[in-house]
Amino acid sequence: MEWEVVIGLEIHAQLATRSKIFSGASTAYGAEPNTQACAVDLGLPGVLPVLNAEAVRMAVKFGLAIDATVASRSVFARKNYFYPDLPKGYQISQYELPVVSQGAVEIELDDGNVKTIGVTRAHLEEDAGKSVHDAFPDATGIDLNRAGTPLLEIVSEPDMRSAREAVAYMKKIHSLVRYLGICDGNMQEGSFRCDANVSVRRKGSHEFGVRTETKNLNSFRFVERAINFEVERQIDVLESGGAVVQETRLYDAAKDETRPMRSKEEANDYRYFPDPDLLPLEIDAAFLEAVQAELPELPDAKKRRFMGEYGLSAYDAGVLTASREMADYYEAVIEACNGEAKLAANWVMGDFSAHLNKSACEIGEAPVTASMLGGLLIRILDNTISGKIAKEVFEAMWAGEGNADAIIEARGLKQISDSGALEAIIDDIIASHPAQVEQYRAGKEKLIGFFVGQAMKATQGKANPQQLNALLKRKLSG
Amino acid sequence: MNLHEKTLAELSAALRSGEITSRSLTTHYLDRIRALDKRLNAVITLVEEQAMAEAEAADARIAAGRAGPLTGIPLLHKDLFCTDGVRTSCGSRMLDNFIAPYDAAVVENLREAGMIMLGKTNMDEFAMGSSNETSYYGPVRNPWDTQRVPGGSSGGSAVAVAARLVPTTTGTDTGGSIRQPAALCGITGIKPTYGRVSRWGMVAFASSLDQGGVFARTAEDCALVLGAMAGFDERDSTSVDREVPDYAAHLGASLKELRIGLPEEYFKEGLDAGVAAAVDAAVDVFRSLGAEVKSIRLPNAHLAVPTYYVIAPAECSSNLSRFDGVRYGHRCENPRDLTDLYERSRGEGFGAEVKRRIMIGTYALSAGYYDAYYLKAQKVRRLISEDFREAFSQVDLILGPTSPTTAFRLGEKADDPVSMYLSDIYTIAVNLAGLPGMSIPAGFVEGLPVGLQIVGNYFDEARMLNAAHQYQQATDWHLRVPPGFE
Repeated sequence: MEWEVVIGLEIHAQLATRSKIFSGASTAYGAEPNTQACAVDLGLPGVLPVLNAEAVRMAVKFGLAIDATVASRSVFARKNYFYPDLPKGYQISQYELPVVSQGAVEIELDDGNVKTIGVTRAHLEEDAGKSVHDAFPDATGIDLNRAGTPLLEIVSEPDMRSAREAVAYMKKIHSLVRYLGICDGNMQEGSFRCDANVSVRRKGSHEFGVRTETKNLNSFRFVERAINFEVERQIDVLESGGAVVQETRLYDAAKDETRPMRSKEEANDYRYFPDPDLLPLEIDAAFLEAVQAELPELPDAKKRRFMGEYGLSAYDAGVLTASREMADYYEAVIEACNGEAKLAANWVMGDFSAHLNKSACEIGEAPVTASMLGGLLIRILDNTISGKIAKEVFEAMWAGEGNADAIIEARGLKQISDSGALEAIIDDIIASHPAQVEQYRAGKEKLIGFFVGQAMKATQGKANPQQLNALLKRKLSG
Repeated sequence: MNLHEKTLAELSAALRSGEITSRSLTTHYLDRIRALDKRLNAVITLVEEQAMAEAEAADARIAAGRAGPLTGIPLLHKDLFCTDGVRTSCGSRMLDNFIAPYDAAVVENLREAGMIMLGKTNMDEFAMGSSNETSYYGPVRNPWDTQRVPGGSSGGSAVAVAARLVPTTTGTDTGGSIRQPAALCGITGIKPTYGRVSRWGMVAFASSLDQGGVFARTAEDCALVLGAMAGFDERDSTSVDREVPDYAAHLGASLKELRIGLPEEYFKEGLDAGVAAAVDAAVDVFRSLGAEVKSIRLPNAHLAVPTYYVIAPAECSSNLSRFDGVRYGHRCENPRDLTDLYERSRGEGFGAEVKRRIMIGTYALSAGYYDAYYLKAQKVRRLISEDFREAFSQVDLILGPTSPTTAFRLGEKADDPVSMYLSDIYTIAVNLAGLPGMSIPAGFVEGLPVGLQIVGNYFDEARMLNAAHQYQQATDWHLRVPPGFE
């Protein structure tokens, strides 16, 4: 039996406002429990919500960036349910009339093709607090610092057909919200997380299968694994004659499995209705225009420009525009190395990215700044050092030994391009390896590598490679 | 003349002329409350020391020439306006232990105006009731006949003014909770336009209908207090950014050419004959003052009560969810688990009428019923508003009875919620439309006061207050004192 997988994601992006969506309390992460919760966040009697204008601006930015409809009038609704970390007994969200609807983003598939994923809607809502289950022996603690933090819930169409596509989509949205500066994208702190709706159906079928919703996935890897687990589980159920139950599930990363949530919400009727404490949100054309003017160059446009302007492949341009920080870094390196875009791309994607990964640091914290890397590339271009020596210099820069010129000077890495000096070295090598010389001259030209190696050893790698090659060939054939 | 016989306006003049001090006034009213309230149960909390300290400060301001018209005047707040450091119970066991760390905007505004808070008044639990019998602190009694109810939900506030325990009190009105008790107690009460007074710090019953207002004996006194409590507040998104007129300055206008409408629907079956006669006589007074009176139609008036009893409970069911025993308020002993904590805390904390409305509202918002109840009610609400819009294209003010009967006996309607709900039949539509409404004393039936309701167009409080004031210049119903409270 052939099965088709159908996936839709609900992504929660925490908006990077300084204060909460309906109160003036700070949204900073990591404070002592309940120190960033004011009377409004605590749901005290008689207090009222006031909408944070910055959160609206951010939601509109997102809407414009995905070519969506930004509603001229949207409505906040109450989602009613009881839970200790939900102080008011309802969450203020948007239900029937969200601020953003009908947008789309493009993702690149493994085969290089591009696929459009529809975004059904994106709406503003407040986050709940946190239940702390391990702080007290006989009770659950409640931390309301997070209560009222603004979220943009981004709901996709069920357009994805594999876990890989789902991850590509999530990465795309992740990159987009960071480009827009509306979310810090920090998945460990929960600033960017998603719920995955997964179902399977027989290939060729037009009806959707029964879906499950796996909650609170906070890494790309977990999204991929949870979906794959869920797909296999559902197929097993169906192939053994069972039926998939519509339910909310939780992914357990340690066991790499999903399992049903013992859910407080399962049988809930949320009794949504418009929040009478808040007026409908009205957005006019002038506001849209003002926000449009603030939009930065977005990843897709930047990628196209990198391909055209710098002659990069689609893959390289994609990697270099994956984040705004990476793209900015790359362009700063180009500027610092007199426009050698390809050389810059190789180094940024190569050594630089490898070091970033290895030391798990952000671009902004990297010890090698764009101008330092550019300075290094200049020394390759003007033949002061070889590419191979440059790697050593890069290591030293990463270790904090200074900029490229200082390291080359201190370590005496300047390339030997003096042909007199090189000739003397080559003469020595020829004299001390008569057997190899004989074989070379008899036609075993591969041995050139051996002589290059000997010369590099003698010069500690500082010989100018092109010059060395030319001289060797001339002398050996002589 | 006893101090408590003076109107607020007269007391204000006496304070500023140095004839009396705020301290003596405050002492006088505190003494009256202590002496008389046992018979009435209008007051839940008294803050005597705090009041005396405020009175002293007020006297200093008066002496320094920095006094406004309200400086040094004592008042009581309905116990659902939050008061910093003083219990705000909402008439409920649920909040019997609740002390807010902030003042409601209304409390703040009147404190800034120099008024002296003596304490908090009794009320129907969470403002749900029309008789003040649902309070956790026991029923409030009507000073005109202590076997009768004062109306509700702001019953304690109405009684405190009627019995001359203070010159003025604050109230809130979601479906008639200022106007109906004002009528049943023979005093003046105004609920302004929705959005005129900030709801910040006013514990919500039904957010789209709740509006703070004021009780006093005269329209002039209401004008003075309303002017100080109203105004835009950025903490309440539904408050309206519009200048507050000097209501007192508008009280001299003639009623010549004032167009008054009498809704046919408000004079049909269900209206007590004595009340109808009193209202007719009051309308004649307006005619004699030069007003033109005509009959108008409010075709959807009969839908107001059922519409209200979908929307108000729906909003209340959500608004009261925060009272869950987790952070503040009543919490049951030794909860077994979370569900037990919720069920017992709420079960013990709320009274029967509150529970009834939470149940009705929860039902009306439930999946499968939402369209038939909540959504339909919102549509009817719009039709009701349209009726008023049409009416106000023909007239300036709408007059009619405030309530179909005079004060009924304690317990008379307590077991018949529908009959109780009908006592707000003329007031509810005004909240649904968000219009301003007031009730003024307009006669007596068998020794019990009758209220005349005056409804104005949006933000037309100045015209309403002036009309009421002119009527009060021509009549003396508002000066009658309940026997035993002279």
